[in-house]
Amino acid sequence: MLARRILTRLLTTLVTLLGVSIVVFVVIRVVPGNPIAMMLPPGATPADIERLNALYGFDRSILAQYFIWLGGVVQGDFGTSIQTRQPVLGLVLGRLPATLELAIMALVIAVVIGGFLALTGTRLRGTATEGAIDVGNGMALSVPVFLWGLVLILLFGVLWPVFNISGRISPHLVQEFHTRFFLFESVLRLRFDLWLDLMRHMLMPALALAIPLAAIIGQLLKQSLKETMHLDYVTLARTKGYGENHVIVREALRNAILPTLTLIGVQFTFLIGGTVIIERLFSYEGLGNMAIDAVINRDLPLIQGIVIIFALLFTVINLIVDMLYTVLNPRLRHG
Amino acid sequence: MVDARGMVRRRLGLRLWLSGGWLVLLALAALLAPWIAPHNPLEQDLFTSRLPPFWMAGAEPGYWLGTDSLGRDVLSRIIHGARVALIVALIAGTATMLIGATLGLIAGYYRGWADMVISRLIDIWMAFPPVLFAILLIAVLGTGLTSVIIAIVVIDWTRFARVVRAEAMAQGAMDYVASAQVAGQRRLGIMLREILPNVLPTIGVLLTLEMGIAVIVEAILSFVNLSISSDDPTWGGMIAEGRTALHRSWWVLVFPLIALFLTVLSFSQLGEGLKDRFDPVLR
Repeated sequence: MLARRILTRLLTTLVTLLGVSIVVFVVIRVVPGNPIAMMLPPGATPADIERLNALYGFDRSILAQYFIWLGGVVQGDFGTSIQTRQPVLGLVLGRLPATLELAIMALVIAVVIGGFLALTGTRLRGTATEGAIDVGNGMALSVPVFLWGLVLILLFGVLWPVFNISGRISPHLVQEFHTRFFLFESVLRLRFDLWLDLMRHMLMPALALAIPLAAIIGQLLKQSLKETMHLDYVTLARTKGYGENHVIVREALRNAILPTLTLIGVQFTFLIGGTVIIERLFSYEGLGNMAIDAVINRDLPLIQGIVIIFALLFTVINLIVDMLYTVLNPRLRHG
Repeated sequence: MVDARGMVRRRLGLRLWLSGGWLVLLALAALLAPWIAPHNPLEQDLFTSRLPPFWMAGAEPGYWLGTDSLGRDVLSRIIHGARVALIVALIAGTATMLIGATLGLIAGYYRGWADMVISRLIDIWMAFPPVLFAILLIAVLGTGLTSVIIAIVVIDWTRFARVVRAEAMAQGAMDYVASAQVAGQRRLGIMLREILPNVLPTIGVLLTLEMGIAVIVEAILSFVNLSISSDDPTWGGMIAEGRTALHRSWWVLVFPLIALFLTVLSFSQLGEGLKDRFDPVLR
């Protein structure tokens, strides 16, 4: 039963990925008038055009073109960037760590803030503080990350300038790193001077990304906690003389957390989607910022590569979350 | 014991009026822009560049919210920018609703292969980050208001389709639908006469929320200079300009930001308020 579920899920994932490839192919190659013209650097000779025509099979049917293109993509051949004339895959993989670090940092912040709000709201349930938390959560949810980013820039970049609001790291420190995972590397090498500089840059964009997710976590976890607080075993713990804090954190939280964990998985893809504009806003050198530059420079092969990497990332995360849910949920496991 | 939480919530009954009021004000400003804007929003004057808002030293009378680096009046540009924001909200919001709700209804009521195709499409769409998808479409379609609207519709139809599909499915399982079938009504008739009216409140709520989303997407696209031409006043374009000159003239960023903030908040609060009104569980 479980094996069949997982197999079905893997198959639908494959279908989704195939669909993604068709959408990208249609948008990039079929809609614009002349795909060759967009892939050529300025000053290309007729011989270059001839060569590209043969390479991508533009003289063949559209279906044949799709399979030639798909074959390349599957092997990691995403073409050559028009702007830099370097292979797209290398450029994209070079930026991916920056975006991943930002997204994971935002996720951590969201969990910490959201968890704190939920626990405080449960502890002080029925008071004006809980009402204020509800209203704050509602506000946080209805304002998109783009606006939160701008608000943070004004607050901590202009009014009280304690954080850097541009870039990923101070430029002179870049040469200190051996990998592209700056934050991860700084921790592993115990270089806390580098870590501090990175955090000064990363904290504001990460916080902007985290605010809506923190609000969602706060809402859902508080709701589950309050439901759990009425259960018999919690009452039992209370009659044993444990204090309210102990009851909430040690007893209720363990049972209330599963729906929130599932939700975090789903919401993480939305958070990653938000990095595109937040990176632009904070001049953070990640994939999203690169994508916008690529559009402005009309560098279609590069945009195509970035879109495919993001779609792959989303699909894989969704798959993992689903699998974990299937394995963890006892009702499905024995169903 | 008085539930203090409830009091905080009840005071927010005001939010429907406040958000509705702001949107009406905005619509009036957009309609009457050429008559009420104190200056021509495109008029440049280097002698009046970077004037601060009226309460600060160095302000000039008539330029209430100051001017940008080219001497253009910030208030007039915000008023004219409201036109773009509201046009996109109305047209993109409505078109997204028509396409998304139709597909959702068909998938949820007819089920079968139609549902399979539409659900797979939704899955595929969910694999793309919305902003990235939008700029990809703009890259291919070219910039301009039409492209922005097309991009929003192409990306966001899934929001309606997902929710309406689930609602239509739930309604389709109810007794009144079964009795309509027994009474010999055709399936299309049942979908339009029985299911649709019951899903309509949900669609209305979604439409309000979608309008807010459309406004923010347009602002993001004009922020990265991929919306309409950069001379024409848009809130996103003003914010982008303000971002580069933040320390010299903060007002170029702050005032359009406030306008955008209030508008997006109003649309979403209106949607939430409608949801509370129509949701029988909460009522």
